[in-house]
Amino acid sequence: MSYSITALGDAALTLSFGNVISRELNKKVVSLAHAVKTANLPAIKDIVPAYTSVTIHYDLIKIGKEHKSENPFYIMSKQIEALLSHPEEIRDVVCRNLHIPVCYSLKYGLDLPEISEHIKLPVDEIIRLHTAGKYKVYMLGFLPGFAYMGDVDERIAVPRKSEPRLKIEPGSLGIAGTQTGIYPLASPGGWQIIGRTPIKLFDKEILDPVYFRAGDEVEFYTITEDEFDHY
Amino acid sequence: MSLIIIKAGILDSIQDEGRYGYQESGINPGGAMDIFAARLANCLLGKPMNAPVIEFHFPAPVISFSEAAVFCLTGADFGAAIDDAEIQLNSPILINKNTVLKFKKIKRGVRCYLSLLNDLKVERWLHSYSTNMKAGVGGSWGRALKGGDIISFDAIHTLQCLISESAFKVLPWKAQPEEHTREDKIEIIAGSEWTWLDEANQQTLLNTTFKITNTADRMGYRLSGTTLRVKEPKHLVSSAVTFGTLQLLPSGQLIVLMADHQTTGGYPKIANVISAHLPHMAQRASGDVLSFAITDIDTAVKKLLQQVQYLQTVQRAANFEIQKFLR
Repeated sequence: MSYSITALGDAALTLSFGNVISRELNKKVVSLAHAVKTANLPAIKDIVPAYTSVTIHYDLIKIGKEHKSENPFYIMSKQIEALLSHPEEIRDVVCRNLHIPVCYSLKYGLDLPEISEHIKLPVDEIIRLHTAGKYKVYMLGFLPGFAYMGDVDERIAVPRKSEPRLKIEPGSLGIAGTQTGIYPLASPGGWQIIGRTPIKLFDKEILDPVYFRAGDEVEFYTITEDEFDHY
Repeated sequence: MSLIIIKAGILDSIQDEGRYGYQESGINPGGAMDIFAARLANCLLGKPMNAPVIEFHFPAPVISFSEAAVFCLTGADFGAAIDDAEIQLNSPILINKNTVLKFKKIKRGVRCYLSLLNDLKVERWLHSYSTNMKAGVGGSWGRALKGGDIISFDAIHTLQCLISESAFKVLPWKAQPEEHTREDKIEIIAGSEWTWLDEANQQTLLNTTFKITNTADRMGYRLSGTTLRVKEPKHLVSSAVTFGTLQLLPSGQLIVLMADHQTTGGYPKIANVISAHLPHMAQRASGDVLSFAITDIDTAVKKLLQQVQYLQTVQRAANFEIQKFLR
């Protein structure tokens, strides 16, 4: 398995499997992140899976005090490499299959008319292609609970808007190239908005406040405005 | 038993060392921008370094105490005053009930920290008191403090008899952190895309100055300076970033990510400010000019551990003094 380890500042390291987005590499990422978590290594503050990399933020003060003669970066690198050298410890993570209701009506799919004109496909066909896809949550970032999902059918993979919106409502579903994602919170943003889900993707009141996690398989299905209102 | 924000400052919030363990969910750590000053404020009162503090900027808040309390100010010097008498940073102050703390003018720095010996009753969310304004949760109701806000704290009954009639009393111990807060250059270590710059561009980064633009807040500072160019523009997939990451924007300008940074980013990560120098970044303002020097990761660790050792010395001494004082 080829990989590289680089320091992200003095208190984190990034292990990268490559620089090309693929389900295969991301599967390794999710498995490694899970293995690091289960190994319960001391002094780890955060494990962040991304498209092709896992970043580990560690407690520099704690490790630095315990190991005076060796840099915490090398100590952490060795521990992660030790895990990688035992592939039997790194199991495929069983991914969840999630089905997300989306209302693709023009009330919520603000950019559908423009996309339709731009790519010369009827709105119905855009919705059909989007709901036909099986998406992978590659990683979370940008906002609490924002999942970067792929891959969107090339025929509807429209680029970001040239002028970002100042405010996008929570639940809004967007497309940016071959990525698709839902804004969990009100936020400025440049993704092309094609619908909205009534599901709360970020809920500060619950212990696990975020709906998605890296590795999830996601499918979308259509609901009407009425179903959205009574969801 | 509370402190009342009579008038809010431009951006006052509750912070601690940050919220860790949730970056995989896109929840950023936040926390104090100048973590050295925040820790020092706590250490001077013998408290745990991670206790919640109030972080504020200038214009600063006007704060009234409904009960006698011991507080300490660190970081930026905003000319703190009680009843027109100036009070010093880095020294614990016993303030009487119904007394007002004000700040008159910026003398130095950008962010000031107030710690309280009495425990502040603020919102803990996902193991941290830091205010996450984007998610609207934690610390001070998930938002900046407003005029009229009341933050309760635990009473320490012995304090009232120690102060009698005067408005305040300076307690007889202090810290002199200057050796840890003065630094000419911001030290960085190479980032994963450092070698995307050729030697000439690396030298430009290290030998020219950069100005902090007006786009500089708790999320990050955009800098302006000589345009930097990568050897060949390549696509980069997004990966995690951190407090202190220097990203090169497509315009050729740099942005330094600060405490409220997003968890991931897709721009080249040229370098990272060392942990020990993040407090120096945090005390620089829009318009300030700065320069970078490259160092190695061993020096980076050594410098942070020296700071922590200093803080622990202060904490131990203050703990001893506090016990003596309250007895």
